[in-house]
Amino acid sequence: MVTLSPTGTLQDLKTGLGGGSTRPPAPGGGDGGRGDGNGNGPDYSGRLRRTRLGLVVGLSSVTMIFVALTSALVVRRGLPTFDERTGTYVRDWLTMSLPVGMLLVNTLLLLVSSVSVELARRQIARRTLLAQVESIPGVTLGPERPIPWLGITVILGLGFLVGQWLAWQELAARGFYLATSPSSSFFYLLTATHAVHLTGGLLVMLYAVAISLMRKPLPVQRIVIDITAWYWHFMALLWIYIFALLWFMR
Amino acid sequence: MAGGAGGGETIMVAQDPHGHGAHAAPTGFIRKYVFSLDHKVIGLQYYFLALTAVFVGMFLSLLMRIHMIWPTAVLPLVGEIKPETYLQILTMHGTIMVFFVLTTAPQGGFGNYFLPIQIGAPDMAFPVLNMLSFWTTFVAFVVLVAAFFVTGGAPLHGWTGYAPLSALQSAGPGEQLGADLWITSIALFCVASLMGALNFITTTLDLRAKGMTLMRMPLTVWAWLITAILGLLAFGVLLSAGILLLLDRNLGTSFYVPLVVVNGQVMGHKGGSPLLWQHLFWFFGHPEVYIAILPGMGVASQLLSTFARKPIFGYRAMVYAIMGIGILGFMVWGHHMFMSGMSPYSAFAFSVMTMAIGVPSAIKTFNWLGTLLHARIRFQTPMLFAIGFVSLFVSGGLSGPFLAQPVLDIPLHDTAFVVAHFHLIMGVAAIFGIFGATYYWFPKMFGRMMNEGWGRIHFFFTLIGTYCVFMPMHYLGMAGQPRRYSQFTELNYLHPLIPLNTFITYAAFVTITAQFIFLFNLFWSMFKGEKASDNPWQATTLEWTTATPPPHDNFGGQTPVVYHGPYEYSVPGAPKDYVMQTDPAGVTAH
Repeated sequence: MVTLSPTGTLQDLKTGLGGGSTRPPAPGGGDGGRGDGNGNGPDYSGRLRRTRLGLVVGLSSVTMIFVALTSALVVRRGLPTFDERTGTYVRDWLTMSLPVGMLLVNTLLLLVSSVSVELARRQIARRTLLAQVESIPGVTLGPERPIPWLGITVILGLGFLVGQWLAWQELAARGFYLATSPSSSFFYLLTATHAVHLTGGLLVMLYAVAISLMRKPLPVQRIVIDITAWYWHFMALLWIYIFALLWFMR
Repeated sequence: MAGGAGGGETIMVAQDPHGHGAHAAPTGFIRKYVFSLDHKVIGLQYYFLALTAVFVGMFLSLLMRIHMIWPTAVLPLVGEIKPETYLQILTMHGTIMVFFVLTTAPQGGFGNYFLPIQIGAPDMAFPVLNMLSFWTTFVAFVVLVAAFFVTGGAPLHGWTGYAPLSALQSAGPGEQLGADLWITSIALFCVASLMGALNFITTTLDLRAKGMTLMRMPLTVWAWLITAILGLLAFGVLLSAGILLLLDRNLGTSFYVPLVVVNGQVMGHKGGSPLLWQHLFWFFGHPEVYIAILPGMGVASQLLSTFARKPIFGYRAMVYAIMGIGILGFMVWGHHMFMSGMSPYSAFAFSVMTMAIGVPSAIKTFNWLGTLLHARIRFQTPMLFAIGFVSLFVSGGLSGPFLAQPVLDIPLHDTAFVVAHFHLIMGVAAIFGIFGATYYWFPKMFGRMMNEGWGRIHFFFTLIGTYCVFMPMHYLGMAGQPRRYSQFTELNYLHPLIPLNTFITYAAFVTITAQFIFLFNLFWSMFKGEKASDNPWQATTLEWTTATPPPHDNFGGQTPVVYHGPYEYSVPGAPKDYVMQTDPAGVTAH
């Protein structure tokens, strides 16, 4: 290991190019998320920060998927189509009567699940902290029966998906199938794309349940639950956006 | 200490081996070379996937060139080339080259291998995601190539997949299962690229070594970062567009298909707009051009500075120019659609924005030239390709402002002029970036040097060859030769152009032959090349401080500390003509 003592022959190494040549290591450069470097075990807080950052980056591409679908909807809605019988251009966008009751119930389910997943997130964060306290010799904490918020969220999420399925059935009963009108095409498309993303979130939650049963370290569980919770909140917001879009553009 | 032979004084601090959710070095063959989590192995996997793809794509281009001048020739392996066969070859050539070569090699290949090392990280932020990203790309390639072998063969709608040709099963041979496979492949590729982009961005933002500020990152890292951001925002849109296309094709929706009659039969669709596909496609498609070329720009900057033994001219300007190109790249997609029907006001706006890209492009070009000015240049093979990159970038770039003007685009659209333009700037220039990167980083990747003599021969044949192929195409385009036509030997007005077309085909043949020199050199040098030192080019960036090839965690249990910008060459008063980024000498704070 080389000691950190400059030889003195190169006091001022200024080319002015290549980005600030003479500054000492700056804290802004990041430390690679490797914590204090003293070998104090895995750096879970760095991993948590990194995974959250990855989630934000990933969500921006999810956003772009829905931005693209939205712009397609707006363009398609405004297009006239040639009517061969009358020889004129007409709008082929049929106004749908949405199964609003069902959709509102689903919205409520999803919002409640967003609350429960937030409680799960805070629960695991608290447990992770308490586990550190408990590791101090002589300290014991009273017995605790944690409420299975994660399990509740999974059930609520499944309820939402079933509810969406029922809404589809209702719409089909009213005669609106995928190819009936561009309005119904976009209804099925947007709800299905959202449901696929939600299913991904559910799978990660089931994974979180699995690793908790396998007794993986608490901080690892925490990371999984933390990012799933933020993802789930985003999905709830996204659903409200989609619902509003489908309502105002129906 | 893991510092290299030419590494100067290097400070390393102990690194926590579990810090980044790290994995231990794998031992079994499968985990080490097939389902590896190591970004270096994944980078090589991407590279060899692209190498396979490029030879497939190149073979297809040769078939097209042969067919153009000998339209009745019956070729071994493919037989007679009918007009629809020609279009299938054309579609697959474009798709393979754009996605599986130009997107895969510079970003997936070199980006994966060298981005973590250049910022001093032990691996990518999410190694499992990285592995998934590669294998999804691999499956996408297999699905695409499978389109050749299904009933009806490969699709014929071109790499741009314009509806309604791409949206109707009855539109032509290859538009049944072949087209579905094509869309599936593209969708898989989008998913893989999104995973990759996420990883690149998170890694660059969060895993930089101490002292590696943003403005000390090598320009290659900047290019990979901006490319990843472009991919992150563009591929989601293509994915959405592809899903709509699949629905139109298979479930009877009418997003893209208007009331249309095919062979006297009214299709069930009505009211859709082919323009909607074009807008969505080109919103992806134009950033994709920069996804292909930006890593090449990064490599060119790195190589020009290293071999000119001078700091890159205007580092900050280079960074801002990359950003400027990236941002403008999202605002110009309409210039692909001047002829598709567009309000003249929109066309004007798109035209102005497109011309504006000339500004950051010129900044980059002049900075590259400024770097070369008054330099004692070392003309080694990587440098030759870097200079070749600049040459091709200028040659291909200059025809851009022509096509950016609607009034000039009207006659030039869909002619060989466009083919010349995008092949020079997006195809060959990016390929030169890949070649430069290969010759430059080969010693780090394989521990041996590539053969210099064969490298030079490869360079001169490729440079002169590609100019001979693509320069005359500008003239063909201005003379009115349309692109995508399988035969024009029967068209009277194009008769005088046949000799020039024949010349291009011969030039293509020679250029393609020269690529086998490269292939031979690559594999020969892997086993028989001269042993490389840790820093054979006397370069300054972090990959040259570590062992050759780098250990599993890149820096052998250490993590580098960075003190300088990436291009400190010929610093007055320094003992050597280069100062490593990790060299603490000259730090005045102590």
